[in-house]
Amino acid sequence: MSKIQQVNRRDFVKLIGLASGGILLGCNVSSSQKEFVPQEKGTFTPNLFIQIQKDGTITLLASRSEMGQGIRTSLASAIADEMEADWKYISLKQATGDAKYGNQNTDGSRSVRTMLLPMRKMGATAKLMLISAAAKKWNLAETDCEAKNHYVINKITGDQIFFGDLVDEAAKVEVPAQERLTLKKVEDFKYIGKTLKSIDLKDFTHGTAGYGIDVRIPDMKFAAIARCPVTFGTVKSFDQKAALETIGVTDVFKLERLVPPTGRFFGALGGVAVIANNTWAAFQGKMNLDIEWNYGENKSFNSVEFQEKLRKRVHQKGKLVSGSTGNVSAAFKESNNTIEATYTVPFLVHAPMEVPNATAWFKGNEIEVWAPVQDPQTARAELAHFFEIPLENITVNVTFLGGGFGRKSKSDFVVEAVALSKKIKGPVQVVWTREDDIQHSFYHATSVQYLKGSLDVNGQVTGWLQRVGLPSIVSSFKPMSDYASGFELNQGFTNNPYNLTNFRLENVKAESHLRIGWMRSVVHIHSAFGNNSFVDELAFAAKKDPFEFYLNLIGEDRVLEGTSDHPFDSKRLKNVLKTVAKTSNWGKKLPKGHGLGLAVHYSFYSYVATVVEVSSVKDKIKVENIWTAIDCGLVLNKDNVKNQLEGAAIFGMSLAMFGKITTKEGAVEQYNYNDYRMTRMKDAPNIEVTIIDNMDTAPTGVGEPGVPVIAPAICNAIFNATGNRVRSLPLADSGLV
Amino acid sequence: MNILLSINEKSYAIEAASETPLLWAIRDIVGLTGTKFGCGVSQCGACSVLIDGNLIKSCGIPVSFAVGKEIFTIEGTSETLEFLREAWNEGNVPQCGYCQSGQLIAATSLLDKIHHPSDEDIDTAMSDNICRCGTYTRIKKAIHRAAALKNKSL
Repeated sequence: MSKIQQVNRRDFVKLIGLASGGILLGCNVSSSQKEFVPQEKGTFTPNLFIQIQKDGTITLLASRSEMGQGIRTSLASAIADEMEADWKYISLKQATGDAKYGNQNTDGSRSVRTMLLPMRKMGATAKLMLISAAAKKWNLAETDCEAKNHYVINKITGDQIFFGDLVDEAAKVEVPAQERLTLKKVEDFKYIGKTLKSIDLKDFTHGTAGYGIDVRIPDMKFAAIARCPVTFGTVKSFDQKAALETIGVTDVFKLERLVPPTGRFFGALGGVAVIANNTWAAFQGKMNLDIEWNYGENKSFNSVEFQEKLRKRVHQKGKLVSGSTGNVSAAFKESNNTIEATYTVPFLVHAPMEVPNATAWFKGNEIEVWAPVQDPQTARAELAHFFEIPLENITVNVTFLGGGFGRKSKSDFVVEAVALSKKIKGPVQVVWTREDDIQHSFYHATSVQYLKGSLDVNGQVTGWLQRVGLPSIVSSFKPMSDYASGFELNQGFTNNPYNLTNFRLENVKAESHLRIGWMRSVVHIHSAFGNNSFVDELAFAAKKDPFEFYLNLIGEDRVLEGTSDHPFDSKRLKNVLKTVAKTSNWGKKLPKGHGLGLAVHYSFYSYVATVVEVSSVKDKIKVENIWTAIDCGLVLNKDNVKNQLEGAAIFGMSLAMFGKITTKEGAVEQYNYNDYRMTRMKDAPNIEVTIIDNMDTAPTGVGEPGVPVIAPAICNAIFNATGNRVRSLPLADSGLV
Repeated sequence: MNILLSINEKSYAIEAASETPLLWAIRDIVGLTGTKFGCGVSQCGACSVLIDGNLIKSCGIPVSFAVGKEIFTIEGTSETLEFLREAWNEGNVPQCGYCQSGQLIAATSLLDKIHHPSDEDIDTAMSDNICRCGTYTRIKKAIHRAAALKNKSL
């Protein structure tokens, strides 16, 4: 992080659109790097801002997208705490997409992990400037003053001055060097680690939070696009007559596919666009289109056959992945207790409640966009590339996101909106129908994995062979990427948390015929399902209690020192496991037809263990209880972490029970929430979340780590309750829901 | 055609095709965007409104159906809705917030009918509303809390 500096007054509006006046502090944080990159001498390009005004208002410019993970509240709380601010004076302004804010890509559960310290330092800086101003006024030493609840207090006389009344003086104070800052001790935190309500609650409960789909520009049009049912198919011909006759429809035209350059961007699928005076008319016009398609090379893609193909491949030798160790063949030969199993996860889709949508206004040499995007900078760069407009002439305004889950990192819908606006020469909002969302997404990959393990006479695991077939995310950026990549396998496959002497991982070919993307928790969904299901099978084969078996498999206390800022610590994983065993009362006597299942996973540098209790009545499964324990280091906002973990349990349940995208002749077979089902209120179990108190350790991921454990824990619980081992998701396919 | 709608006790004269779903008339023509689009096929409840006090998914009925009736949306206020808002705040319910308009309207309908809802009553009344963020347990707790607040005030 760079020096914290005052931002030149003239640059207030130009730079970030904040009202002029008061103190504006900025610093530069590079969150895409492991280390903060020092700025070149003489340049100062702040990307993190707070402004303090005369009425006491403190405005934080939020550079990360809010999609339900509570980031706006979390980041603000860190500044407020160090500043000794009163929470009621805190407000937020959402940053537009711009390189000057550092990496804004909101994924990978990393916002708090990378931005906490800079936020705290900014708060401490502002506090010290206010104290200096007061000290000067009272003609006292700074040490005789302290800040408390939005006032600076004279420790000798007890007099106090409101923050707002100190702003003019404080603005003249030299910004203190970082060495002069004292950050608060954990025990003195007022907001950090406590429970703060969402700063946006009032808007959420009054329908006034502005999502992308709520953007309204004078004279804007609404658009819908008919896209080819088969990925990358194109328009051969179309009849627009009926569409054009639809009431409210003003224009119909072909939209060419925009192919992204190798290695970056998302492009747009193209199709036939319908422009109308309202969303409904656009949807109707689209339905009235008569289109003949060139289906292209993906037209024979059948996902069931594809899974069969993967299944065959994982039963043969694959490419050896580095990180394998020891000699599994020898271990298998020596053992007289080996077991094998094959696990399948289908294609999945994010289906956030707010469908992809974007509003764009192409103004000749300028583009303005309003959109619910997780990664506004990529959107902006992508627009510059496709429309050949200088980057500085492109503004991407980030709205609230009605859920993201990875879908809204891909800016294809933004590119579409701009292409439409360019064509009609006016502002337009493109809205995907739910069917568009389900059928034209960037899908979470399907996977098939084969596992073979061996046990010795004491029930110790002596060998572990795992073969994985998984279409790669890389295929969306580089065609012909037919194997899962290193960064994907490093999500729980190469770095499983077990202490294994003989471990072999093999990668098998898996082509892509759909656009492959990332969804909340990404490859950890596959690795956690395979690993935890198989450990449960091994425990059963070893005639051991799964809890004891896990503890033993994780092994002795060890910290894997490497290049990571957050090295894996086996003790922390065992601790969440022990914690959840306690909260779930593991080993208790259960009612008839009930079963408990356990899963443990390490992802996004956080440690999670979950116990699920299911009941089985007439072969139908109900999830009764979920206990989850997480160690994510320092917790910024306790209730938010709980909320995220509760939500992750429901997200994990949806994919375990119902989640499945299939294709036939290249086209996705599901349409809407009726056949891509979600967990609903009546299915929702009791959820108890325990957060490990580890406030002295750096914060790690929260949004994603709660998801991967759920599906395997449910399946293990089903085995415990019924003796039925489910190796293929979702449960609906086995007739269990 | 010209249509007169009454939303939250305010009149709106609009021009719309009579078969336009009420949802889109409210959002795109009247301009009240608190009521959300989620699925378009009455599967998710994001578009829930009350019409003459009855819970309706506004994506599934034509705007003509609502003529001469009183429409209540998330932009409105009622005693029950205010207790629910208080309870939603207390329980820090929302995550992304998108489905919460529909959740609050569905909960308003429930509490207007059943003053002391059981867990089962809530399951039945609220299972038409999807929350992809998964805030169900908080919603359930908040409804119980709002019911208690409301009953105490009676």
